Amino acid sequence: MTPPQRQRRHPEREPDPAPRQEGEGRNPERLFVIGEGNDGAADIDLVTLIVGRAEAPGSLPPEQAAVIRLCETPLSGAELSAYLQLPFSVVSVLLTELLAAGLVQARAPIVRQALPDRSLLEAVMHGLQKL
Amino acid sequence: MDFRSSDTIPGPRAEDQLPHTAEAAVKLVIVGGFGVGKTTMVGSVSEIRPLTTEETMTQAGIGVDDNFGSETKTATTVAMDFGRISVSDKLVLYLFGTPGQERFWFLWNGLFEGALGAVVLVDTRRLEVSFDVMGRLEERGVPFVVAVNTFPDAPRYPLEQLRTALDLAADVPIIECDVRRRASSRDVLMTLMRFLHTLALTGRLS
Repeated sequence: MTPPQRQRRHPEREPDPAPRQEGEGRNPERLFVIGEGNDGAADIDLVTLIVGRAEAPGSLPPEQAAVIRLCETPLSGAELSAYLQLPFSVVSVLLTELLAAGLVQARAPIVRQALPDRSLLEAVMHGLQKL
Repeated sequence: MDFRSSDTIPGPRAEDQLPHTAEAAVKLVIVGGFGVGKTTMVGSVSEIRPLTTEETMTQAGIGVDDNFGSETKTATTVAMDFGRISVSDKLVLYLFGTPGQERFWFLWNGLFEGALGAVVLVDTRRLEVSFDVMGRLEERGVPFVVAVNTFPDAPRYPLEQLRTALDLAADVPIIECDVRRRASSRDVLMTLMRFLHTLALTGRLS
Protein backbone atom coordinates (compact mmCIF):
# COMPACT_ATOMS: atom_id res chain seq x y z
CA MET A 1 0.00 0.00 0.00
CA THR A 2 1.35 3.43 -0.87
CA PRO A 3 0.40 6.70 0.74
CA PRO A 4 -1.04 9.53 -1.35
CA GLN A 5 1.59 11.72 -3.01
CA ARG A 6 1.93 15.39 -2.25
CA GLN A 7 2.20 17.72 -5.23
CA ARG A 8 4.23 20.87 -4.63
CA ARG A 9 2.33 24.09 -4.83
CA HIS A 10 3.06 26.46 -7.68
CA PRO A 11 1.34 29.62 -6.53
CA GLU A 12 1.86 31.59 -9.73
CA ARG A 13 0.34 28.94 -11.96
CA GLU A 14 -2.04 27.25 -9.63
CA PRO A 15 -5.73 27.67 -10.26
CA ASP A 16 -7.91 28.15 -7.23
CA PRO A 17 -7.79 24.80 -5.42
CA ALA A 18 -10.66 22.61 -4.37
CA PRO A 19 -14.11 24.05 -4.92
CA ARG A 20 -15.24 25.87 -1.84
CA GLN A 21 -18.45 25.60 0.03
CA GLU A 22 -20.87 28.39 -0.37
CA GLY A 23 -19.83 31.32 1.77
CA GLU A 24 -16.24 30.13 2.10
CA GLY A 25 -14.95 31.87 -0.96
CA ARG A 26 -13.86 35.02 0.73
CA ASN A 27 -11.42 35.42 3.53
CA PRO A 28 -13.13 35.90 6.85
CA GLU A 29 -12.80 39.16 8.70
CA ARG A 30 -12.16 39.70 12.36
CA LEU A 31 -15.33 40.74 14.06
CA PHE A 32 -13.37 43.17 16.20
CA VAL A 33 -11.15 45.18 13.94
CA ILE A 34 -8.52 47.35 15.50
CA GLY A 35 -8.83 50.81 14.04
CA GLU A 36 -6.39 52.18 11.52
CA GLY A 37 -3.76 54.35 13.07
CA ASN A 38 -4.20 52.73 16.44
CA ASP A 39 -0.47 52.23 16.69
CA GLY A 40 0.78 49.75 19.18
CA ALA A 41 -2.06 47.26 19.16
CA ALA A 42 -0.34 45.21 16.49
CA ASP A 43 2.74 45.02 18.70
CA ILE A 44 0.97 42.89 21.26
CA ASP A 45 1.87 39.31 20.49
CA LEU A 46 0.14 36.20 21.83
CA VAL A 47 3.21 35.63 23.98
CA THR A 48 3.99 39.19 25.03
CA LEU A 49 4.27 38.93 28.81
CA ILE A 50 2.25 41.55 30.66
CA VAL A 51 2.93 42.66 34.22
CA GLY A 52 0.88 45.10 36.26
CA ARG A 53 2.69 48.24 37.39
CA ALA A 54 0.14 49.88 39.61
CA GLU A 55 -3.03 49.39 41.53
CA ALA A 56 -6.08 49.72 39.32
CA PRO A 57 -7.60 53.19 39.77
CA GLY A 58 -11.20 52.98 40.88
CA SER A 59 -12.33 54.75 37.75
CA LEU A 60 -11.07 51.99 35.47
CA PRO A 61 -13.58 49.98 33.40
CA PRO A 62 -14.05 46.41 34.71
CA GLU A 63 -12.26 44.73 31.81
CA GLN A 64 -9.13 46.80 32.34
CA ALA A 65 -9.29 46.40 36.11
CA ALA A 66 -9.47 42.64 35.54
CA VAL A 67 -6.35 42.72 33.38
CA ILE A 68 -4.42 44.52 36.10
CA ARG A 69 -5.67 42.15 38.77
CA LEU A 70 -4.69 39.09 36.69
CA CYS A 71 -1.25 40.52 35.90
CA GLU A 72 0.05 40.58 39.45
CA THR A 73 2.43 37.96 38.08
CA PRO A 74 3.53 37.92 34.41
CA LEU A 75 0.86 36.62 32.05
CA SER A 76 0.89 36.31 28.27
CA GLY A 77 -1.65 38.00 26.02
CA ALA A 78 -2.97 34.57 25.09
CA GLU A 79 -3.53 33.64 28.73
CA LEU A 80 -5.32 36.93 29.36
CA SER A 81 -7.60 36.19 26.41
CA ALA A 82 -8.33 32.74 27.83
CA TYR A 83 -8.99 33.83 31.42
CA LEU A 84 -11.02 36.89 30.45
CA GLN A 85 -12.86 34.90 27.77
CA LEU A 86 -12.36 37.76 25.37
CA PRO A 87 -11.11 37.57 21.77
CA PHE A 88 -7.39 38.21 21.54
CA SER A 89 -7.99 41.28 19.36
CA VAL A 90 -10.07 42.82 22.15
CA VAL A 91 -7.38 42.02 24.71
CA SER A 92 -4.83 43.71 22.42
CA VAL A 93 -6.86 46.90 22.47
CA LEU A 94 -7.25 46.79 26.26
CA LEU A 95 -3.52 46.26 26.68
CA THR A 96 -2.64 49.06 24.30
CA GLU A 97 -4.70 51.44 26.43
CA LEU A 98 -3.22 50.15 29.68
CA LEU A 99 0.31 50.42 28.29
CA ALA A 100 -0.34 53.99 27.19
CA ALA A 101 -1.61 54.82 30.68
CA GLY A 102 1.48 53.24 32.23
CA LEU A 103 -0.61 50.81 34.25
CA VAL A 104 1.01 47.67 32.85
CA GLN A 105 4.39 46.79 31.45
CA ALA A 106 5.04 44.57 28.43
CA ARG A 107 7.94 42.16 28.07
CA ALA A 108 8.39 41.61 24.36
CA PRO A 109 8.56 38.09 22.96
CA ILE A 110 11.65 36.68 21.29
CA VAL A 111 10.82 36.02 17.67
CA ARG A 112 12.50 34.05 14.92
CA GLN A 113 15.32 36.09 13.48
CA ALA A 114 17.67 36.01 10.54
CA LEU A 115 20.53 35.64 12.99
CA PRO A 116 19.11 33.27 15.57
CA ASP A 117 20.40 33.19 19.08
CA ARG A 118 21.80 29.71 19.56
CA SER A 119 21.96 30.10 23.31
CA LEU A 120 18.21 30.74 23.27
CA LEU A 121 17.59 27.49 21.35
CA GLU A 122 19.88 25.67 23.77
CA ALA A 123 18.01 27.09 26.75
CA VAL A 124 14.73 25.76 25.34
CA MET A 125 16.29 22.34 24.69
CA HIS A 126 17.67 22.24 28.20
CA GLY A 127 14.23 23.09 29.59
CA LEU A 128 12.55 20.37 27.52
CA GLN A 129 15.03 17.78 28.70
CA LYS A 130 13.87 18.38 32.26
CA LEU A 131 10.27 17.52 31.42
CA MET B 1 -20.66 42.37 25.66
CA ASP B 2 -21.56 40.78 28.91
CA PHE B 3 -18.55 41.06 31.09
CA ARG B 4 -18.32 39.61 34.56
CA SER B 5 -16.94 41.86 37.22
CA SER B 6 -13.24 41.51 37.77
CA ASP B 7 -13.65 39.92 41.18
CA THR B 8 -15.33 36.85 39.76
CA ILE B 9 -12.88 36.08 36.98
CA PRO B 10 -10.77 33.12 37.91
CA GLY B 11 -7.16 33.83 37.08
CA PRO B 12 -4.33 31.34 37.07
CA ARG B 13 -4.19 29.04 40.07
CA ALA B 14 -1.30 29.85 42.41
CA GLU B 15 0.73 26.94 41.01
CA ASP B 16 0.11 28.17 37.45
CA GLN B 17 1.52 31.64 38.04
CA LEU B 18 4.78 32.54 36.36
CA PRO B 19 7.59 33.82 38.57
CA HIS B 20 8.33 37.55 38.45
CA THR B 21 11.69 36.66 36.94
CA ALA B 22 10.01 35.58 33.67
CA GLU B 23 11.51 38.00 31.17
CA ALA B 24 10.56 36.71 27.77
CA ALA B 25 8.58 34.10 25.93
CA VAL B 26 8.96 32.13 22.73
CA LYS B 27 6.37 30.14 20.85
CA LEU B 28 6.12 27.00 18.78
CA VAL B 29 3.13 26.11 16.66
CA ILE B 30 1.61 22.66 16.27
CA VAL B 31 -0.41 22.60 13.09
CA GLY B 32 -2.56 19.86 11.66
CA GLY B 33 -6.03 18.82 10.60
CA PHE B 34 -9.05 18.44 12.83
CA GLY B 35 -8.76 15.53 15.24
CA VAL B 36 -5.10 14.81 14.54
CA GLY B 37 -4.14 15.28 18.19
CA LYS B 38 -2.89 18.87 18.46
CA THR B 39 -4.63 19.58 21.75
CA THR B 40 -3.65 16.19 23.14
CA MET B 41 -0.03 16.97 22.36
CA VAL B 42 -0.25 20.41 23.93
CA GLY B 43 -1.86 18.91 27.04
CA SER B 44 0.68 16.11 27.42
CA VAL B 45 3.65 18.47 27.76
CA SER B 46 2.06 21.63 29.18
CA GLU B 47 2.63 22.59 32.80
CA ILE B 48 -0.80 24.22 32.88
CA ARG B 49 -4.12 22.75 31.85
CA PRO B 50 -4.46 23.75 28.18
CA LEU B 51 -6.22 27.08 27.73
CA THR B 52 -8.18 28.37 24.79
CA THR B 53 -7.94 31.73 23.07
CA GLU B 54 -10.77 32.54 20.76
CA GLU B 55 -11.18 34.98 17.96
CA THR B 56 -14.51 35.91 16.50
CA MET B 57 -14.72 36.55 12.81
CA THR B 58 -17.45 37.45 10.45
CA GLN B 59 -18.12 35.35 7.44
CA ALA B 60 -20.00 36.84 4.56
CA GLY B 61 -22.45 34.24 3.42
CA ILE B 62 -25.71 33.72 1.65
CA GLY B 63 -28.51 32.84 4.01
CA VAL B 64 -29.82 29.34 3.63
CA ASP B 65 -33.32 30.35 4.52
CA ASP B 66 -35.23 32.69 2.35
CA ASN B 67 -34.23 36.13 3.43
CA PHE B 68 -35.11 37.79 0.19
CA GLY B 69 -31.76 37.23 -1.41
CA SER B 70 -29.91 39.52 0.93
CA GLU B 71 -26.43 38.67 2.12
CA THR B 72 -26.05 37.88 5.74
CA LYS B 73 -22.99 38.06 7.89
CA THR B 74 -22.53 35.36 10.43
CA ALA B 75 -20.12 35.45 13.32
CA THR B 76 -17.94 32.41 13.73
CA THR B 77 -15.66 31.65 16.61
CA VAL B 78 -12.30 30.09 15.90
CA ALA B 79 -10.53 28.60 18.88
CA MET B 80 -6.91 27.82 19.44
CA ASP B 81 -5.70 25.70 22.35
CA PHE B 82 -2.36 26.38 23.90
CA GLY B 83 -0.10 25.31 26.73
CA ARG B 84 3.00 26.50 28.49
CA ILE B 85 6.37 25.17 29.60
CA SER B 86 8.68 27.21 31.82
CA VAL B 87 12.08 26.34 30.42
CA SER B 88 13.91 28.44 33.00
CA ASP B 89 13.22 31.15 35.57
CA LYS B 90 13.52 33.71 32.80
CA LEU B 91 12.23 32.02 29.67
CA VAL B 92 8.78 30.64 28.92
CA LEU B 93 7.79 28.45 25.97
CA TYR B 94 4.23 28.54 24.65
CA LEU B 95 2.77 25.88 22.38
CA PHE B 96 -0.15 26.73 20.13
CA GLY B 97 -2.23 24.12 18.35
CA THR B 98 -3.78 25.71 15.31
CA PRO B 99 -6.11 24.54 12.55
CA GLY B 100 -4.49 23.77 9.23
CA GLN B 101 -6.51 26.25 7.19
CA GLU B 102 -4.39 29.28 6.43
CA ARG B 103 -7.43 31.53 6.35
CA PHE B 104 -7.60 31.26 10.13
CA TRP B 105 -3.93 31.99 10.80
CA PHE B 106 -4.10 35.75 10.34
CA LEU B 107 -6.67 36.02 13.14
CA TRP B 108 -3.82 35.97 15.63
CA ASN B 109 -1.21 38.51 14.57
CA GLY B 110 2.20 37.03 13.96
CA LEU B 111 1.21 33.50 14.98
CA PHE B 112 3.68 31.94 12.55
CA GLU B 113 5.91 34.91 11.80
CA GLY B 114 7.16 35.13 15.34
CA ALA B 115 7.26 31.40 16.06
CA LEU B 116 10.63 29.70 16.34
CA GLY B 117 9.28 26.82 14.28
CA ALA B 118 6.39 24.44 13.77
CA VAL B 119 5.41 20.80 14.14
CA VAL B 120 3.20 19.48 11.35
CA LEU B 121 1.20 16.71 13.00
CA VAL B 122 -0.10 14.16 10.51
CA ASP B 123 -2.47 11.22 10.57
CA THR B 124 -1.71 8.57 7.93
CA ARG B 125 -5.43 7.96 7.46
CA ARG B 126 -5.71 11.50 6.10
CA LEU B 127 -2.22 12.35 4.94
CA GLU B 128 -3.43 14.70 2.23
CA VAL B 129 -4.86 17.10 4.84
CA SER B 130 -1.30 18.13 5.68
CA PHE B 131 -0.08 18.75 2.11
CA ASP B 132 -1.34 22.29 1.89
CA VAL B 133 -0.08 23.22 5.36
CA MET B 134 3.47 22.19 4.49
CA GLY B 135 3.39 24.22 1.29
CA ARG B 136 2.22 27.29 3.19
CA LEU B 137 4.95 26.95 5.82
CA GLU B 138 7.60 26.55 3.11
CA GLU B 139 6.37 29.71 1.39
CA ARG B 140 6.49 31.63 4.67
CA GLY B 141 9.94 30.32 5.53
CA VAL B 142 8.77 28.73 8.78
CA PRO B 143 11.03 25.78 9.65
CA PHE B 144 9.08 22.65 10.56
CA VAL B 145 9.39 18.98 11.39
CA VAL B 146 6.78 16.32 10.60
CA ALA B 147 5.40 14.16 13.42
CA VAL B 148 3.27 11.15 12.52
CA ASN B 149 0.75 10.48 15.28
CA THR B 150 0.39 6.71 15.31
CA PHE B 151 -3.28 5.91 15.72
CA PRO B 152 -3.87 2.17 16.32
CA ASP B 153 -6.11 1.75 13.28
CA ALA B 154 -4.07 3.95 10.95
CA PRO B 155 -2.00 2.48 8.12
CA ARG B 156 1.71 2.26 8.94
CA TYR B 157 4.19 3.24 6.29
CA PRO B 158 7.97 3.21 6.50
CA LEU B 159 9.09 6.75 7.33
CA GLU B 160 11.17 6.96 4.17
CA GLN B 161 8.07 6.15 2.13
CA LEU B 162 6.22 8.93 3.96
CA ARG B 163 9.13 11.29 3.35
CA THR B 164 8.82 10.62 -0.38
CA ALA B 165 5.04 10.95 -0.34
CA LEU B 166 5.28 14.26 1.53
CA ASP B 167 8.10 15.42 -0.76
CA LEU B 168 10.17 16.47 2.25
CA ALA B 169 13.66 17.85 1.82
CA ALA B 170 16.29 15.36 2.94
CA ASP B 171 17.16 17.36 6.05
CA VAL B 172 13.61 17.87 7.35
CA PRO B 173 13.09 15.46 10.26
CA ILE B 174 10.11 13.11 10.24
CA ILE B 175 9.33 10.99 13.29
CA GLU B 176 6.56 8.82 14.68
CA CYS B 177 4.95 9.72 17.97
CA ASP B 178 2.14 8.94 20.35
CA VAL B 179 1.03 12.37 21.47
CA ARG B 180 -0.83 10.96 24.47
CA ARG B 181 2.56 10.25 26.02
CA ARG B 182 4.48 13.14 27.50
CA ALA B 183 7.89 11.62 26.67
CA SER B 184 6.87 11.08 23.06
CA SER B 185 5.52 14.62 22.65
CA ARG B 186 8.63 16.00 24.29
CA ASP B 187 10.78 14.01 21.82
CA VAL B 188 8.92 15.67 18.95
CA LEU B 189 9.63 19.12 20.38
CA MET B 190 13.27 18.17 20.98
CA THR B 191 13.52 17.03 17.35
CA LEU B 192 12.24 20.41 16.24
CA MET B 193 14.64 22.27 18.53
CA ARG B 194 17.62 20.21 17.34
CA PHE B 195 16.61 20.91 13.75
CA LEU B 196 16.40 24.65 14.47
CA HIS B 197 19.77 24.47 16.18
CA THR B 198 21.31 22.78 13.13
CA LEU B 199 19.80 25.42 10.88
CA ALA B 200 21.24 28.11 13.13
CA LEU B 201 24.69 26.51 13.07
CA THR B 202 24.68 26.28 9.29
CA GLY B 203 23.27 29.78 8.97
CA ARG B 204 20.23 28.69 7.03
CA LEU B 205 17.56 29.94 9.37
CA SER B 206 15.97 32.99 7.89
